[in-house]
Amino acid sequence: MKTFRIGGVHPAENKLSAGKAIETLALPKQAVFPLSQHIGAPATAIVKKGDVVKVGTKIAEAGGFVSAAIFSSVSGKVNKVDSIIDASGYRKPAIFIDVDGDEWEETIDRSTTLVKECNLKPEEIVAKIKNAGVVGMGGACFPTHVKLSPPPGCKAECVIINAVECEPYLTADHRLMLEKADEILVGVSILMKAVNVTKGYIGIENNKPDAIKLMTEKAAQYPNIEIVPLKVKYPQGGEKQLIDAVIARQVPAPPAIPINVGAVVQNVGTAYAVYEAVQKNKPLFERVVTVTGKSVKNPSNFLTRMGTPMSQLIEAAGGMPEDTGKVIGGGPMMGKALLNTEVPICKGSSGVLLMNDKEASRAAESPCIRCAKCVSVCPMGLEPFLLATLSAKQDWERVEKEDVMSCIECGSCQFTCPSHRYLLDYIRLGKGTVGGIIRARNAKK
Amino acid sequence: MANKLIVSLSPHVHSGDSVQKNMYGVIIALLPALLVSFYMFGLGAVVVTLTSVAACVFFEWAITKFILKREACTICDGSAALTGLLLAFNLPSNLPIWIIIIGALFAIGVGKMTFGGLGCNPFNPALVGRIFLLISFPVQMTSWPTVQQWTSYTDAETGATPLALMKMAVNGDANALSQLPDTLSLFLGNNPGCIGEVSALALLLGLGYMLWKKIISWHIPVSIIATVFVFAGLMNLINPVAYASPLAHLFTGGLMLGAIFMATDYVTSPMTHKGMIIYGVSIGFLTVVIRNFGAYPEGMSFAIFIMNAFTPLINTYCKPKRFGEVKK
Amino acid sequence: MNLILVAVISLGAIGLIAAVILYVASKKFAVYEDPRIAQVAEVLPQANCGGCGFPGCNGFAAACVKAADAGSLEGKLCPAGGTPAMEKIAAILGMEAVASEPKIAVVRCNGSCENRPRTAQYDGAKSCAIAHATSGGETGCAFGCLGCGDCVAACKFDAIRMNPETGLPEVDEEKCTACGACAKACPRRIIEIRPKGKNNRRMVVMCVNKDKGAVANKACKASCIGCGKCVKVCPFEAITLENNLAYIDPAKCKSCRKCEPECPKGAIHAINFPPRKPKAEAPADAAKPAAPKAAPAPKAPEAPKTEAPKAEA
Repeated sequence: MKTFRIGGVHPAENKLSAGKAIETLALPKQAVFPLSQHIGAPATAIVKKGDVVKVGTKIAEAGGFVSAAIFSSVSGKVNKVDSIIDASGYRKPAIFIDVDGDEWEETIDRSTTLVKECNLKPEEIVAKIKNAGVVGMGGACFPTHVKLSPPPGCKAECVIINAVECEPYLTADHRLMLEKADEILVGVSILMKAVNVTKGYIGIENNKPDAIKLMTEKAAQYPNIEIVPLKVKYPQGGEKQLIDAVIARQVPAPPAIPINVGAVVQNVGTAYAVYEAVQKNKPLFERVVTVTGKSVKNPSNFLTRMGTPMSQLIEAAGGMPEDTGKVIGGGPMMGKALLNTEVPICKGSSGVLLMNDKEASRAAESPCIRCAKCVSVCPMGLEPFLLATLSAKQDWERVEKEDVMSCIECGSCQFTCPSHRYLLDYIRLGKGTVGGIIRARNAKK
Repeated sequence: MANKLIVSLSPHVHSGDSVQKNMYGVIIALLPALLVSFYMFGLGAVVVTLTSVAACVFFEWAITKFILKREACTICDGSAALTGLLLAFNLPSNLPIWIIIIGALFAIGVGKMTFGGLGCNPFNPALVGRIFLLISFPVQMTSWPTVQQWTSYTDAETGATPLALMKMAVNGDANALSQLPDTLSLFLGNNPGCIGEVSALALLLGLGYMLWKKIISWHIPVSIIATVFVFAGLMNLINPVAYASPLAHLFTGGLMLGAIFMATDYVTSPMTHKGMIIYGVSIGFLTVVIRNFGAYPEGMSFAIFIMNAFTPLINTYCKPKRFGEVKK
Repeated sequence: MNLILVAVISLGAIGLIAAVILYVASKKFAVYEDPRIAQVAEVLPQANCGGCGFPGCNGFAAACVKAADAGSLEGKLCPAGGTPAMEKIAAILGMEAVASEPKIAVVRCNGSCENRPRTAQYDGAKSCAIAHATSGGETGCAFGCLGCGDCVAACKFDAIRMNPETGLPEVDEEKCTACGACAKACPRRIIEIRPKGKNNRRMVVMCVNKDKGAVANKACKASCIGCGKCVKVCPFEAITLENNLAYIDPAKCKSCRKCEPECPKGAIHAINFPPRKPKAEAPADAAKPAAPKAAPAPKAPEAPKTEAPKAEA
């Protein structure tokens, strides 16, 4: 069984909602669209208070090349352009829309028939994806059209679809594969066409045997698409780890990116969004979100319109348990703890995880015993204990020298640390500071 | 939503591993050897072990509380008890209590707490205690009672250890090696020696347990044992009369104890696999050198001690292989 | 006898050879350093705080000597040593001391536990920089003090302390040298190095919240809501309002205290001023919710310095 070669851990999977079919969530009363839902420049609002919008109406324009447009997921009236606390824990500008019915833009094909043929040229596909505001749906939210436009001198050789879903608890991608396998495969072939390659892989961890079986059956019609079952190991969903696992190539240290080894990695949810954008003219305004947690009455997967407050999803899954101590947007390894449950669902929200009091609080830190477990689990071959210590001492020069920028913030080190040290907290601090130093240095040049 | 939500950075889950689990895991791994020592040395082993553990825990508590004046008490993490147990394992079973207490004070007080406590000591504290005692009380530390005198303590009769015989052989006594116990009884522990070191079998059981529980990785013990086997084997081939067989080297003295429990101490061993192998090979090499050419019959503790000092250097130069690193 | 002689001769010879080598080396490899640098460095505090902008006290001393050779000490200031140190340096270098305004660190947040209700709980490394990266913080205010004490750790003069009651740092005016280390350490730029002001009295807006009025108001009882009343009342145009936040320009402020009672949230603090006369008592009281709470300093009237940090907090 294939997997990546360095480090890795195996957290308890807790895929509580794996057996739950995707349900469509009711429309919210008010939908909120933060303007920065992706990596890169925030989008600029193109609606103002009082404007009437439909489902699929563009409400914010991309703020640059590395940016993405935002579309309304509801029909109604713009209430205000204000700010809301988003997953980052800070107040960010956002568009508030009061929902009034469910009227869609006419251009969107709402039928469920599978459209297989796509006769567009690669540039046209990329343009269409860009115009639909599609971003990476795995959580990082990197605008998809940027990834599909290789920088000069780089040539894509294959498309790798990330259907690993290595985060514990989350099942959104798993369910999507079981229910939309055909659409995903069309999406993958469109992605392959967009970057002009003939080879596509779909990497699935073998804790989803039903998905592997179904996808393998369906993929029989697509000779160029190969389903790759992978050994369960975190962080296999990391872009670089997945490339290593599937085609056994390692992306060099930053600033190298996956395209440097010829790979274009896309999330399985993105492949579905690409299918909808290209074949159905449907911009990205809804996604599958897992609502889960040990104390949650009814862990579920919901097809949710963007902008829906998380509180509504929690209600639909049986309400907020009494003992909730932490609400996490995303999975437990890399998700963000939220300040409140009014945070809206964004393009990258793969799940809402409710942790009870007991799970929520971290254990107290004790001194490092230099057991080197963090070193052996680090999937990037770094020395987390050293990076954390140097960051705490603010020795930024050495932090940089020890390759802090390679860190993918997967959290394996902190997960495994017997002393419960806040390794990643400090490494993030170091990475952020060193990133700033590097940018300042490059700007000077 | 009565209670406030907790915000923290990811990851939000933990493996559940802890310092205590690791320390108690090592203690569990030491149990077979402890039981063998009780069987072999009887009352003496019990007294020495209990004294050493109690003294180490007491000194750790007292120093934390009265000298460092720290609020957090670290004796519950099991590291002091482990040091005490390891120290006892490195002592003969007829050692008087007062010497053991001095050893424990030195191990904890000088070997560990002066450097800042758990995680900061450059040398394995139990080893510091043992070497201190070995140099300060060479007579008491090198007269080992013969096995199975269950009720005697300091009055036990002593006998020559296999290591002493091996040293005699090196020094020209052609008959010394033939007096060695057979390999099987060496393996099982039926020979004089320090409390915990006699039974290679029991120690190997401990190694198996620690590898199964992923407390340690195989690199250090295997590289030490392999190096000793190869190097001692070569010497044996060159001159079988003077140099003992590699198996005799492996199963005598503190080699197994050192390779499995002392050298693998987290705090004082290198952090990368490459470094661990360099460290292990060096320890194995130094041990055989000291045993065959040095003044002392046993070289394990000195070898580990020397390599402990090199650990920071090894850590600085042996970096793990970075992801995507191109071979130069 | 012979033994002693041999020992004496051999040791003496070794000593002689070593002495010759040392002498030659000291002459041959001597590096000339302006002796004034050492003299200047001597009068500096040697805390190497970096507040002057040079790498340590020796670096500053070298810079001073260089500047003196160039003709003027202007712009060179050791914030820790202050004017006395600069005067000494000027004397050593035979220059005129350039007078500088004494400054001090001011913590511009009054979001004490009482004023700023906690809405969440931060669980992580005790570092403001990390807490800042985690989220907006434990309260509704994403601009205010995080209370993890990065400034305390950064201070080399033990001049800043956390008050466990308010959860905010307090500056000890006696010890603060305005080196700016705390201001640099604060990820939210709450601490400002401000001129001490005439008679050590100054007017400060004790808030850095840039949220809209309603949000800021909800988050903290002592927040600036950007209403602009102080701007209107200021006769010297010293107050500006930007991003829903008022700022008093210390260069323009004449310490008339007109703005203080005007602030509906009591965000403007008059530091080290004597208590107001009774007729102005009512508005002042309403405007200064923090003042009564600050325990009356033991020698309040003549030594407002001890009270000041509390009022700042």
